[in-house]
Amino acid sequence: MTLKIEGLTAEVEGKTILQGIDLEVPQGEIHAIMGPNGSGKSTLSYVLAGREGYEVTGGTVTFNGQDLLALEPEERAAAGLFLAFQYPVELPGVGNALFLRTALNAIRKTRGEPELDAMQFLKLARERMRALHMPEDMLKRGVNVSFSGGEKKRNEVLQMALLQPKMAILDETDSGLDIDALKVVADGVNAQRGPGFSALVITHYQRLLNYIVPDRVHVLVKGRIVRSGGPELAQELERAGYATVQAAA
Amino acid sequence: MPAVAETLDTVQSVTSTGYKWGFETDIEMEFAPKGLNEDIVRFISRKKNEPEWLLEWRLKAFALWQKMEEPRWAAVKYPPIDYQDAYYFAAPKQKDRPKSLDEVDPELLRTYEKLGIPLKEQAWLAGVEPREGEGDVPVAVDAVFDSVSVATTFKDRLAKEGIIFCSISEAVHAYPELVRQYLGTVVPQGDNFYAALNSAVFTDGSFVYVPKGVRCPMELSTYFRINAKSTGQFERTLIIADEGSYVSYLEGCTAPMRDENQLHAAVVELVALDDATIKYSTVQNWYPGDENGKGGIYNFVTKRAHCRGRRSKVSWTQVETGSAITWKYPSCVLLGDDSVGEFYSVAIANNFQQADTGTKMIHVGKRTKSTIVSKGISAGQGQNTYRGLVRVAPTASQARNFTQCDSLLIGDRCGAHTVPYIENRCLTAKVEHEATTSRIAEDQLFYCRSRGLSEEDSVGLIVNGFCREVLKELPMEFAVEAQKLLQISLEGSVG
Repeated sequence: MTLKIEGLTAEVEGKTILQGIDLEVPQGEIHAIMGPNGSGKSTLSYVLAGREGYEVTGGTVTFNGQDLLALEPEERAAAGLFLAFQYPVELPGVGNALFLRTALNAIRKTRGEPELDAMQFLKLARERMRALHMPEDMLKRGVNVSFSGGEKKRNEVLQMALLQPKMAILDETDSGLDIDALKVVADGVNAQRGPGFSALVITHYQRLLNYIVPDRVHVLVKGRIVRSGGPELAQELERAGYATVQAAA
Repeated sequence: MPAVAETLDTVQSVTSTGYKWGFETDIEMEFAPKGLNEDIVRFISRKKNEPEWLLEWRLKAFALWQKMEEPRWAAVKYPPIDYQDAYYFAAPKQKDRPKSLDEVDPELLRTYEKLGIPLKEQAWLAGVEPREGEGDVPVAVDAVFDSVSVATTFKDRLAKEGIIFCSISEAVHAYPELVRQYLGTVVPQGDNFYAALNSAVFTDGSFVYVPKGVRCPMELSTYFRINAKSTGQFERTLIIADEGSYVSYLEGCTAPMRDENQLHAAVVELVALDDATIKYSTVQNWYPGDENGKGGIYNFVTKRAHCRGRRSKVSWTQVETGSAITWKYPSCVLLGDDSVGEFYSVAIANNFQQADTGTKMIHVGKRTKSTIVSKGISAGQGQNTYRGLVRVAPTASQARNFTQCDSLLIGDRCGAHTVPYIENRCLTAKVEHEATTSRIAEDQLFYCRSRGLSEEDSVGLIVNGFCREVLKELPMEFAVEAQKLLQISLEGSVG
């Protein structure tokens, strides 16, 4: 399940944000994308997930050899792609349990697996929630409604843990988290780690990468990847800041 | 309830168009001549073998109706209705009212089966009672086909508790004192144009009486079906809950797809005495017309409850997904001290549907309380109006009302309107009104889709969330049906 991005350019409301991105995330690897504000990190994640209004103007993206850009958002999810939102969306009145189960069953259906009934689902959800230190009443509340910032992020990781994607994009999942929550979230991601799971961890800070140690780090500046390297690149950025790479770009 | 859900699925799979209940039953019918005059009123009364007092009552209504004009204040538009160009009586042909379901035309039973009504009480009605704990909780059903009630189930079992559940025609003969005592006392013949028309030509409907202190052990339900062409349906329902009793009543309705508009002008009267509770739920799914606005039912309905007794309570819950035009304001007159009125509503206007619906809460007794929760959903070029009146009389000291009206818009060619009327003439009363209008946000849709849900499932989920406060008031069996219905009604509304 390799994600391969070649020469990707994209615009939002007529403004070019991605200026030609080349990136390959081989199966089983975790890559981090770091970059200053406004470098196009979130745009990249939305383009990959297929959000409306994010216009691809050039380049290709393949996922396991399949043309990802030709797929609807739900088809990308069915293909095994998962986006953990930077700002998870509230769905008033929609119970979290119902939402999670509906999503899980939609994915299971495409995989040819039997749907889970309410009891089977509850059992599974409780198990996953315990690992993420989530109180059970979060199942009963409306999706993300009056969740704290940390609860929202945990809820994203819970969805990932339930849907078992082949490739997860974590869009600034660390933002707004205290150190304890950060560890819990990182544990959730690390638990998925294995030969069948790859991830693109998008972050502004190096902090998260102490807990989710990436195989590769890429630096995104002004819509282009300007440097790539091993985990030590993140440390270097932490010390020197983005100014040096920005100057290089 | 699996039986309902399964049948719904079946019905959906046999019809390919958006409206899944649009089939027509080929059955031999008996009609009164087209048009409306005193002779037709007499014809209906004679057909039903009615006592003289009821004929007089009808004729009085007809005289009133002739002097009245159609109301024009609702925010709905439609061409003039030719009241002479319709049939006022249409009944499946049969010699006598069937004594058991075995005698009912099998074609009819198949129709109801297709609609998902569990007339499996067929056997039960014939005397075979279901064993305890077997299958679903039973629901007693009265089925009204065009102008007449064709079958009522579970009557014997209810009779053991002293509960009367039958067609109103039957009640006129079997319980004339009760009918005479209450008929028209909540909605008088001259109340409004459509109520007067109904009073003159009503053909059938349900009658319920729950005696003192009895809690009705099962849901009572009526299923209305308009089948015949150029026919109006004018049913009349009367429910009386005597002191300390409780009853939950459901109604559902569908009609075939036709190019013409058909009129449905029903009257529902509820009376709750001291400490009695009536819960009245409606899932209205009359044919809404096609996506160009052709055809569909005009649903002009008068529903009103009298909370006459102290601490009496009436709760209306409605899910209005069908009809070309809905004109409907289920109301509560809170006469008894400490009586309670509730109105929970979901109304959808998709394509060219128009809905002008709401409620009236009239506070007369002391410490009376009312709650109104209205959820309007507009899609396509639909127009949805909430129109509600809260009136507090000087006598209603410490009365309370809370009103919440939320509107959800899908697309940019539809409309949502909120028209609250508040008349408070009591200093110690408290009246609250809240209203919101929102749109299904792009980010909500994207969030759902990125989790693998199709666009239509996503809309369904968001809409059901929006309506949750209302849907949770429905009895469980209906809640499932209603949720599916909401989604089906909005198919094709995005994208």
